[in-house]
Amino acid sequence: MMTRPLDTTKLAELVETNFPGSVTEWKPNAIFIRPETLLEICHFLKNTPELQLNYLNSISAIDYIEHFELVYHLTSITHNHSILLKTMIYGRENPSVPSVMAVWQGADYQEREVWDLMGIAPTGHPNLKRIFLWEGFQGHPLRKDYEDTIILPRQWPRGG
Amino acid sequence: MPLHSEPVTINFGPQHPSTHGVFRMRVTFDGEMVIDAEPVFGYLHRGSEKLAEERTYTQVITLTDRLDYTASMTNNQAYVLACEKLLSVSPPLRGMYLRVIAAELGRIASHLIGIGFFLNELGAFHTPLMYCFRERERILDLFEMMCGARITFTYMRVGGVFQDAPEEFWPALKSFLREMPGYVNELDQMLSKNEILLARTRGVGTISPDKAINASISGPTLRSTGVAWDWRKQDSYDIYDQLEFDIPVGANGDNYDRYWVRLQEMRQSLRIITQCTEQIPNGPVRLDLPFVLKPPEGEAYGRVESPKGELGFYLISDGTIAPYRCKIRSPSLINLTILRDLVIGGTLADMIATFGSIDVNMGEVDR
Repeated sequence: MMTRPLDTTKLAELVETNFPGSVTEWKPNAIFIRPETLLEICHFLKNTPELQLNYLNSISAIDYIEHFELVYHLTSITHNHSILLKTMIYGRENPSVPSVMAVWQGADYQEREVWDLMGIAPTGHPNLKRIFLWEGFQGHPLRKDYEDTIILPRQWPRGG
Repeated sequence: MPLHSEPVTINFGPQHPSTHGVFRMRVTFDGEMVIDAEPVFGYLHRGSEKLAEERTYTQVITLTDRLDYTASMTNNQAYVLACEKLLSVSPPLRGMYLRVIAAELGRIASHLIGIGFFLNELGAFHTPLMYCFRERERILDLFEMMCGARITFTYMRVGGVFQDAPEEFWPALKSFLREMPGYVNELDQMLSKNEILLARTRGVGTISPDKAINASISGPTLRSTGVAWDWRKQDSYDIYDQLEFDIPVGANGDNYDRYWVRLQEMRQSLRIITQCTEQIPNGPVRLDLPFVLKPPEGEAYGRVESPKGELGFYLISDGTIAPYRCKIRSPSLINLTILRDLVIGGTLADMIATFGSIDVNMGEVDR
């Protein structure tokens, strides 16, 4: 009854045989793919009968200074298993990733949030606007190098 | 005789008696029929994810309280589960039982608000709401005994709960459990077969199961469409795998089914709390962890079945005292994905009722 995570080695082989060159690495809990191949691999993951990953739990964006990472948590309601899909985006000027709204409609607001707060543009999104911050806001606050002039200087040292 | 008319765009919110917080929609009407609706968020955006990167792991629990303020216990629980996965620890048994009791009381409190405000939006102006709030006051008194607060509890800690429930809590809980089923039956009797409720909500705002799964809907909204998916059973945390409860599932996915699923879930929560009070062992309620936690490098995704849906915390730790990234998967924001599709083609009155039946909380949407 419990949702079990799929074995990533077999998953990486399956994705690699169907889309050669797209898997960059895999770890025990996640597989990493190239951002350009994201949309077709997501179609594949949703429509293959033995995977049928039809439920998108969440899209997260992380700023690792040298690169950005987008993490997709996917679950299959029919087969009761889950995977973690990650892609790395290099370059801080205008990073972009294909939008997966065509695959899962639930990506709508989450991709707008990734654009608004982290600055990674989902190409192909039908309604790309800032979602939480007002139109005309400069910058993307969740980035590590965001300089904001509004709040007080940091009072808590990060400690060691 | 043809009437000369043109579509008019008006602003619905952010301040409005029925917007569950500060929610704004720009709606275009043709007469009374909605032809376009565009939700606008951000009026309660406080930057919780960025603030979490500047606070220690225990201090972030105070930020999580303010997400879904109608049922803060499950917010704490989701975050603390993610932290415990990072540290690979598990709280003592009594701590887990107290967590489940607190979370289920929070679920009842949130569903009382959900049902009360849903009926408010249908026009039963405040009478069912006050019936529901009368019961919610008893739950808030129980919470005040446990942790001293009525809304933002910060009751759960990494490794258990803050403190044990005091002596006067258990008799009060027992009398609550004795009397609450009668009040739920009273609500059921007054509302479930009410002619006006049935006429206004049957067949309105229908979602099909495939569309719900595709739009990442979760919680009672998903279960009202017929998909029996509850994270308390699918990804059991704390001691839910040792408790017996059912998952109410609706048939059509319309507004009435969402109201009905919430009512039945209140009954199941009472069942869970009764089992917990019988099974709870004695012992410590909290692990002896250092005040300032430094989890090893890694990541963890902790999720709970909150009253609104799947609330998840994706925590990434880099070995220091504060999380490197704390991403909050908010059920209310994602449940609003289908609002536009449901509302277009309906009337103004149905739009407000549909929005109320999805039961969102803007603290969670905007974070």
